Amino acid sequence: MLEVKGIENGIVIDHIQAGKGLKVFNRLFSATDNSVVLLMNVTSKQLGRKDIIKIENTFDVNMDILGIIDPNITVNIIKNNKLVEKLKAEIPKSLKGGLQCQNPRCITHTDDYAEPEFKLISANGKLEYECSYCEEITVYKL
Amino acid sequence: MRHLIEPEDLTIDEINRLVEVGLDMYNNPKVYNKICDGKILASLFFEPSTRTKFSFDSAMMRLGGNVIGFADASTSSTSKGESLADTIKVMGAYADIIVMRHPKEGAPKLASQYSRLPIINGGDGGHQHPTQTLTDLITIKRFKETVNGHNVAFCGDLKYGRTVHSLIRTLARFGNTKFILISPDELKLPSALKRQLINQYGVELVEVTSMEDVIDDIDILYMTRIQKERFFNEEDYLKLKNSYKLTREKLKNAKPDMIVMHPLPRVNEIGYDVDDDKRAVYFEQAEMGVYVRMALISMMLEVGPYARS
Repeated sequence: MLEVKGIENGIVIDHIQAGKGLKVFNRLFSATDNSVVLLMNVTSKQLGRKDIIKIENTFDVNMDILGIIDPNITVNIIKNNKLVEKLKAEIPKSLKGGLQCQNPRCITHTDDYAEPEFKLISANGKLEYECSYCEEITVYKL
Repeated sequence: MRHLIEPEDLTIDEINRLVEVGLDMYNNPKVYNKICDGKILASLFFEPSTRTKFSFDSAMMRLGGNVIGFADASTSSTSKGESLADTIKVMGAYADIIVMRHPKEGAPKLASQYSRLPIINGGDGGHQHPTQTLTDLITIKRFKETVNGHNVAFCGDLKYGRTVHSLIRTLARFGNTKFILISPDELKLPSALKRQLINQYGVELVEVTSMEDVIDDIDILYMTRIQKERFFNEEDYLKLKNSYKLTREKLKNAKPDMIVMHPLPRVNEIGYDVDDDKRAVYFEQAEMGVYVRMALISMMLEVGPYARS
């Protein structure tokens, strides 16, 4: 069995639906200089299979982005080899950045002052976010 | 300080008062011709417009105020790469109120976040056009006496037509419970808006593809142009542009007191032979736009009938 040692300081993003680990990495950590371990298809009692990401010396993580990728994700914050905080992702009711408005005519695509902002309209199978600028619905499939 | 970005920025009571004040300005223009003396309207049109720009200019002048601005983004610093926020901040020192039209949807909202002057949205892409809605409402009030209780049909481009989206939502807020939607399948009212109308306001929507099937049941027929600038490809536009045309012949089956409205400009969706029919009120509609915009400028500058005592 594959074994990866624990981290001394950093975060462990756990319970990622199998196959979505790479997506989490690409969205949030592709530019990091810190050490990252991405574990895929790990056996899980709860999920059957899951992905896990461990990142050293990083403590900030955008929980909104994790929430739209997979609301079942948990984040363990480790300091000096001890679990100091456990966070649970949730589908965000509002979102600043993170998504691009799907309306090509929206001001957020052309003006740096206009950071995309969204309000959750529906979360039935797919996430529907309304752009606060153009009011167009952007759909994010869970 | 307040802005008008979408019709929902105004309460029903405020809209009713704007319509009443606008009608009084129409009937008694001399009473109001100095109430904006010394005030300046910045008219920032990043996209071409005839009616909206000139009706705002005319409205401000009829109130005794002055107008500065541009009618084309290429004659402003935008063409040098200036951001919208910077343009708006600079205009804050030059004027008392801003009306802007912009091709990008949401641009007036962004502008309002950086403005120290009241912003009026004169149209942002296919999104909102609140002063057209006020124009439509004052026209309905003038010709049908009440805003409520009419069988209203919208015809043509219901997908991209921002005037339709704004008006139908506002009429629903006023308590209208049924709308007839006449359009080809490709240009139907967006489903998100339909869902909002049904869930939030409980309205009944009747969707048809033929005007002839419903024309005898309509009190207010709101025609729209198939807008070339909203299409990404010429082929789709050409396919749909001749979808609906109102003619004198078709009007034979309409009620004698029906009114035909159109936000203008028209291309060929209303035949010229309809213009002489007393039910055609679209030129009066454009005229009423001046008076309701006069009322709006007065409200936002708190002058004349809106002056604080």
